[in-house]
Amino acid sequence: MIAGILLAACIMTFAQIPEADTSRIKSSYYEVNDFVEENENCLKCHGEVKYALEDTLFGRVLTQYMCPADILDRDAFYTGVHRAFSCTDCHSYDYETFPHPLEARLEEMYTCLDCHGYDENFAHYNFEVIQEEFEASIHNIDEFSCWKCHDPHSYRAFIRNSQDIEEAVRYDNNMCLNCHSNFDRFMLLTDREEINLVESHDWLPNQVSHFSSVRCIECHTEINDTILVAHKILPREEAVKKCTECHSRNSRLMQTLYKFEVKEGRKGGFVNGVILNDAYVIGANQNDFLNWISLLVFGLTLVVILFHTVLRIRNNKN
Amino acid sequence: MATKKIYLYPVWVRLWHMINALMILLLILTGISMRYSTPENPLIRFDIAVGIHNVAAFIVTFNYGIFVIGNILTRNGRYYRKWRKNLATNLWKQFVFYAVGIFRKEPHPFPINEEQKFNPLQKFSYVIVMYLCMPLLILSGLGLMFPDLIAYKVFNISGLVFYDVVHIILGFVISLFVLIHIYTCTLGDKPGTLFKSMINGYHEEHE
Repeated sequence: MIAGILLAACIMTFAQIPEADTSRIKSSYYEVNDFVEENENCLKCHGEVKYALEDTLFGRVLTQYMCPADILDRDAFYTGVHRAFSCTDCHSYDYETFPHPLEARLEEMYTCLDCHGYDENFAHYNFEVIQEEFEASIHNIDEFSCWKCHDPHSYRAFIRNSQDIEEAVRYDNNMCLNCHSNFDRFMLLTDREEINLVESHDWLPNQVSHFSSVRCIECHTEINDTILVAHKILPREEAVKKCTECHSRNSRLMQTLYKFEVKEGRKGGFVNGVILNDAYVIGANQNDFLNWISLLVFGLTLVVILFHTVLRIRNNKN
Repeated sequence: MATKKIYLYPVWVRLWHMINALMILLLILTGISMRYSTPENPLIRFDIAVGIHNVAAFIVTFNYGIFVIGNILTRNGRYYRKWRKNLATNLWKQFVFYAVGIFRKEPHPFPINEEQKFNPLQKFSYVIVMYLCMPLLILSGLGLMFPDLIAYKVFNISGLVFYDVVHIILGFVISLFVLIHIYTCTLGDKPGTLFKSMINGYHEEHE
């Protein structure tokens, strides 16, 4: 019995984590979150690249790397959509013990709909339609969830609030690239071979311009008018490959990337003028003023030529 | 009636002109197709139009280099450099000839000879097109072909928009020039005379 008590004491004292380092806390965190110090109990390890285990019985300290996938960026968390949360709002209280029990690590995570679904406060986001789209998408596979793309610890509703389309494009595309250009993450979800995005898009001219000016989902999703960002990711063979889907007056981009800004409509006579704030799309950004002027000048020239020709023919006959 | 024959178009000029003519026509056709493209009825499929436009543009650019160097190194350059006096009066005279004199069978106000291959209107338009419009058209086209290399903003508007508007306007000017050029080439002794000159190199005229 005494041996058992000693063993238990050893185990209990072995796994102690040093106190939180409050110098990592910024005053701005307090402005958006009421649980900053409470959260530091988690972030003192999960907000660092390393953590120290202290054996209080023998005074030995062991420093270890934190698994990169389990590291949170404090700044990203406190500026993300869930910035006001306490860790235990979503995670089990069992995580307060260390080492974390297996039951806690296998806990079923919330999905977006668990909090945002069927709630009038979030009705304008149409989370229910997003869920339907996701279920019909090729992403609907085992172990895939909203969090694979939208990290709840850092996600920002960028395209909805951003004035900078280029920045929004980069942010959104990074969500795709996190897995599609990182085979370590990609293979967690599928047994497929690694995809080389540059090679699979070698048919696309000006790749760099396309990749930095439009989001992957412009071509890889089905347009849905009821939600801002389409979530039905299409199989590769159904992706848009026809240039004129975007490079035409009825550019697809106006129903996708520029959906939020469509109201601006025309600008300086340019069709789909809102695109001109950030890019230029051949075919989609015609200028009606120039179109009319050129048509008029061309027409007048033809008339003069025809008139001159007729006069020459008549003159020759005479 | 005797026919006067002057050798005005050396082989390199004729070859240059032939390549230029073919490529410019391709560029106009594919340019219009890209600009007014629709998913349902493309004149030429967009990606094919882009491909043809890019290849033709490279050929025209290279060909333009030959034109400039050729005009520096050979006597052909003098036709663009040597100007008659009283340009404005001469332009007006030539215009009046095309508008009125040609129907009255009046003699050409500026007959072609070995020193003056072009009439004033021709020379003026060729110089504007070849030494002003073409370089700008080529530069703006290269900017659109390599958009990563151009300025992000020009005159406070997107660099791409600026380059494209310049390219479209100049493309239109060149298209208009081609149309007028082809028509004025029918104004020789016979409608096909001047076209024949660009094949055999000889300018023919009844004396």
